[in-house]
Amino acid sequence: MLFTPNLTSLLRAAWAVFRKDLRSELRTRYAFNALALFAITTVVALSLGVGFLTEGRNADLPLIQAALLWVAVLFAAFTGLARAFVQEEEARTATALRLAALPLAVYLGKLLFNLTLLLLLDLLVALLFAVLLHIRVGNLGLFAALLVAGSLGLVVATTLIAAIIARASVKGALFAVLSFPLLVPLLVVAIQGTALALAGSGWEHGRAPLQVLLAYTVALFVAALFLFGSVWEA
Amino acid sequence: MIEASPFSAACGIIRIMNVSNDLQLELANVSLDYGARRVLAGITLALRCRETLVVAGPNGSGKSTLLRLLCGLQRPTGGHVFYQLGGTRYRPAEVHWLVGWVAPELQLYRELTALENLRFFAEVRGLRPTTAELEALLAEVGLDGRGGDLLAAYSSGMAQRLRYAYALLHQPPVLLLDEPTLTLDQRGTALVERIIARQRERGLTIIATNDPRELCWGDSVLRLGG
Repeated sequence: MLFTPNLTSLLRAAWAVFRKDLRSELRTRYAFNALALFAITTVVALSLGVGFLTEGRNADLPLIQAALLWVAVLFAAFTGLARAFVQEEEARTATALRLAALPLAVYLGKLLFNLTLLLLLDLLVALLFAVLLHIRVGNLGLFAALLVAGSLGLVVATTLIAAIIARASVKGALFAVLSFPLLVPLLVVAIQGTALALAGSGWEHGRAPLQVLLAYTVALFVAALFLFGSVWEA
Repeated sequence: MIEASPFSAACGIIRIMNVSNDLQLELANVSLDYGARRVLAGITLALRCRETLVVAGPNGSGKSTLLRLLCGLQRPTGGHVFYQLGGTRYRPAEVHWLVGWVAPELQLYRELTALENLRFFAEVRGLRPTTAELEALLAEVGLDGRGGDLLAAYSSGMAQRLRYAYALLHQPPVLLLDEPTLTLDQRGTALVERIIARQRERGLTIIATNDPRELCWGDSVLRLGG
C-alpha cells in the first residue's frame, strides 16, 4: 500500500487550506469586502424602499421580514462565496493545489472558510436589519439556530457549485443558475422557520424546520463528499 | 531504494514505503486531441528509475501537454499512462505525490511569502517541516534570506527558483521540468543542472525544452511534431 490517507492528516490538511484562505483574505479582503458591501447596499435599499415595517401595516410581518433577510443573505453569499475557487483558477494557483492536496481536504478547507465568511455576513445582516428595518426577534436562540443551520446548508451547496463553475467563462450567471434549484427547498424552510423565531414561537414549533435544514445539509454534504473529487480533478 | 523525505517522519497523508528501483513510467500508444486537432499521436515509451528523458519539439508540438499527462492534470484521449511500482500500475492522477512539477504555468500564492507558500504546500502534503528545514530548502534554490518576502515582490527568476522549492519539497521520485531554465540566470541554470544530476540518483526526470543546450541533459530524446 503506497498511499495511506488517514482522518487526522486529512483534517490537518483541510485546516491548512482554511488557514491559507483566511490569511489570503485578511491580506486582500476581496471576498469579505464584496459580501459586506452587497449586504449593506441591499439592506439600505430595503429600508429606504419599505421603511419601518410595523404589524399594524401588515399581518404577515414576520414572514416578510424573514424573506427579506434570507434574500439579502442569499444574494450577498452569491457575490462572495464563489471566490474561494474562482480566485484559485484566476490566479492559476489551482494546479499547484491540485497536485499537492487531497481533493477532500480542499473541499473541507474551503467549506470552513466559506462558513466563517457567511456567519460573519449573517451577523452583519442581522444587525443591519435590527438597526435599519427595526426587526424585533421574539425568540433569539431559535433565530440564531435557524440562521446557522440555514447558512450551513447554503455553504455546503455553494462551495460545491463554486468548484463546478470556477473554470467556466460565465461564472456569475452559471453560479446563480446552478444554485437556485438546489437552494429553493432550503430557503423555503429557512424563511418559514425564521418567521416563527421572529414571531416569538417556542422551540417546540421551531424544531421541525431546524431538523429539515440539518437533514438537508447532511444529505448535501454527503453528496458533496462523493462528488467533489470528480469536480475538482475534471 | 529512494530516500524518504526529511520531513516524512511526521508525514501522515503519504507514506512513501520502499519506492524502489522498480519505479517505471509506461506510455502505451498515447494520443491527445484538442477538438479536431491531434496534439499527440501514438506515443509509446518506457522509462526506468534513474533515467532522464528530454522531450523536444517546436512550439505547439505538445511537450507541455505531455508533461501534464504525466502528472495527471490531463487525461489522454487514447492509450494509457501508468507508473509502475511494486508490481502495481497507477494512473498519474492516483499518485500526485510521486511527482514534482516545474512549469511556467505553475503559480504559487502571490499574497503569501515564500516561506508561507512552502509551509502550506508541505502541510497539505502531510509534511510538517520546521522553519529551519524550509529555509534550508530555499537556500538550496538560491533564495536564502528571501523567505519572508511576499511572492508579489519576487522577480520572474526568483519565482522560477521557488517553483523548484515547491517541486522538491516532498523529494519526489519523478521530476517533470517544463522549460526548466526559463527566466533563470547562469547560476540558476547551474542550479537546475545540479538538481537534475541529484534526481538521477533517486528517480526519473523528464524535461521538456526547446533549448538545444539542454538536449544533452537526457539519456534519450523524444522529438515531437515531426
